[in-house]
Amino acid sequence: MTITSQEAAPNGAEAHIEVEDLSKVFGHDPQSIVPLLREGVSKDDILARTGHTVGLRDISLRVERGETFVVMGLSGSGKSTLVRCLNRLIEPTTGHVRLDGEDVLALGPRALRDMRRHKMGMVFQRFGLLPHRTVLANVTFGLRVQGVSLAERREKASAWIERVGLAGYEQALPRELSGGMQQRVGLARALCTDPEVLLMDEAFSALDPLIRREMQGELVRLQQELSKTIVFITHDLDEALRLGDRVAVLKDGFLVQVGTPVEIVTRPADDYVRAFVEDVDRSRVLRARDALKFATPHATERVEEARGRVDASAVGRVAAEATLGEALAAIADVGGPVAVVGKNDRVLGVLDGTTALRALTERPEVAKGDGRV
Amino acid sequence: MPPFLTQPFPEAWRIPLRGWTNDGVSWLVATYGDVFRGITDTVLLLLVRVERGLAALPWWLVVLLVAALVWHASGRRIWPAVSLSGLLVLVGTFGLWSEMMTTLAIMLIATLFTIIIGIPIGIAMARSDRLKTLLRPLLDGMQTMPSFVYLVPVVMFFGLGNVAAIIATFVYAVPPIIRLTDLGLRLVDAEVLEAAQAFGASERQTLTWVRLPLALPTIMAGVNQTIMMALAMVVLASMIGARGLGQEVLRGLQRGNVGLGLEAGLAIVFVAIVMDRITAGYSRRWDPTVKGR
Repeated sequence: MTITSQEAAPNGAEAHIEVEDLSKVFGHDPQSIVPLLREGVSKDDILARTGHTVGLRDISLRVERGETFVVMGLSGSGKSTLVRCLNRLIEPTTGHVRLDGEDVLALGPRALRDMRRHKMGMVFQRFGLLPHRTVLANVTFGLRVQGVSLAERREKASAWIERVGLAGYEQALPRELSGGMQQRVGLARALCTDPEVLLMDEAFSALDPLIRREMQGELVRLQQELSKTIVFITHDLDEALRLGDRVAVLKDGFLVQVGTPVEIVTRPADDYVRAFVEDVDRSRVLRARDALKFATPHATERVEEARGRVDASAVGRVAAEATLGEALAAIADVGGPVAVVGKNDRVLGVLDGTTALRALTERPEVAKGDGRV
Repeated sequence: MPPFLTQPFPEAWRIPLRGWTNDGVSWLVATYGDVFRGITDTVLLLLVRVERGLAALPWWLVVLLVAALVWHASGRRIWPAVSLSGLLVLVGTFGLWSEMMTTLAIMLIATLFTIIIGIPIGIAMARSDRLKTLLRPLLDGMQTMPSFVYLVPVVMFFGLGNVAAIIATFVYAVPPIIRLTDLGLRLVDAEVLEAAQAFGASERQTLTWVRLPLALPTIMAGVNQTIMMALAMVVLASMIGARGLGQEVLRGLQRGNVGLGLEAGLAIVFVAIVMDRITAGYSRRWDPTVKGR
């Protein structure tokens, strides 16, 4: 089931992070297992025969500059291992990791420290804050490690503390804060060194649902201003679809699928992914423009008819990037088909109720070939 | 029954450990006598200074200082401060104040040595599993070996008196601080350590900013145990010439003076209680997971 990724980079840009044939084996002699991996011996067989655990297997993927790349999988799928291989908190057994084309695995101890200090920030599931230090001291940690002067540390940290909404809590201790606030500290700490890459390991998983949604919104808002390259690990599909520009699905250490949220939902690569996305709320994931593809020939005819009337603004309109849910609301509002409008007011098509409902209720088929990475 | 089964332990298997040890000790004393004398003189000088310093303090100032320390350690509570410093006043009413100061000086110096030597060993032990495997039987031995066994060689190396008592106390009391330093460092939350690593902290930065501060409560528990063990050694150490409260207990024993023995014994218990409350208080105060500082 080896899958290698050879996607072309959008716009031909160089990938910010590139992972190639990455494998990780845990045990006393991981290198001895590499030939078995090549032969395609299964994870269970390797464990039974050699006592080694395969964490990741032949992972290849590219993360583009400025995108939010979500890695999703259940526990034991290797997602936390994968993110730790990027900054080498865990040493990969074989393969390559490149940051801006530079081989991360070839870095010596000092160069590796420098990379961690300046290029990558990390946010942890249980926050990983220093319990005996104040919020301010925790946020300045990365800068202190770099040897930045106290005054500069304070200045930068205060700005970030304010930006994540914790102004006034500078002198509080982590235990005096709620979980959501503690993770804001974790986020500010990661952003304070102004890294290009943000690694977020189940960053919101320890928070209760309401706070989690709030933090997701916060991250989306920050990301719109910052355009960092974010690698976000989660086991929560809704979170993955909500945050990800693209989503990678991991299973048992294998990469099963990489795609946009819409691709994952409408064209799952295998039964595993399909089972995952079956219960997803499609009205939030699909966009109005995606819904147009579900039109039947009959509907298309009526749409052609309707298109003539659009210019007269006789029917409602909905933006192409609006969610399917919003489009449905518009249809209900107008009491008939609505025009889906793209950039420059160009009408992409007309969406009627039947088509919208088909888009909402379709049971995804496993894509043959094309959905795979 | 065949005869070989009833044979006593074969004489030919005897290892002359006692001979080797005796020869070794004699050789050490003869060869490195100067070194041991140097150590003795240095420790003695330190002890004399501390002892004189303590003796020079007016009694009421000592009581006040202890009260302040207890107050601070207990999280600014008045009652423990009053009652514990009251115990010291009680020792004064037994007429054992200067003996208590001597004991305190011996104990403080022994504790100082255990901290200076024990904590770095504990740090090294936390870093290396191999060292830990190597040291564990040694530490077990130091804690379970009857103290009389090493009182004699200690006297041979360092002579009779307070210095020998300090060294013997050190041997007896250093294992807990080594163990608990190691334990505290190993118990530090893995995710906090990962975070330090992820932000590019060097080993030294991680040790001083993350590991040691987080291990501090456990290390303080080690200091607490060390002090308690040092106090337990006070009477035994008086047998090799240490002065102070232990000597009074010994004197009470030798002269059949039960009252003197009880007074001196109670004084030791009081000192132990005061020291325990102070160190345990700081161990709790410095624990970042406990609410309310």
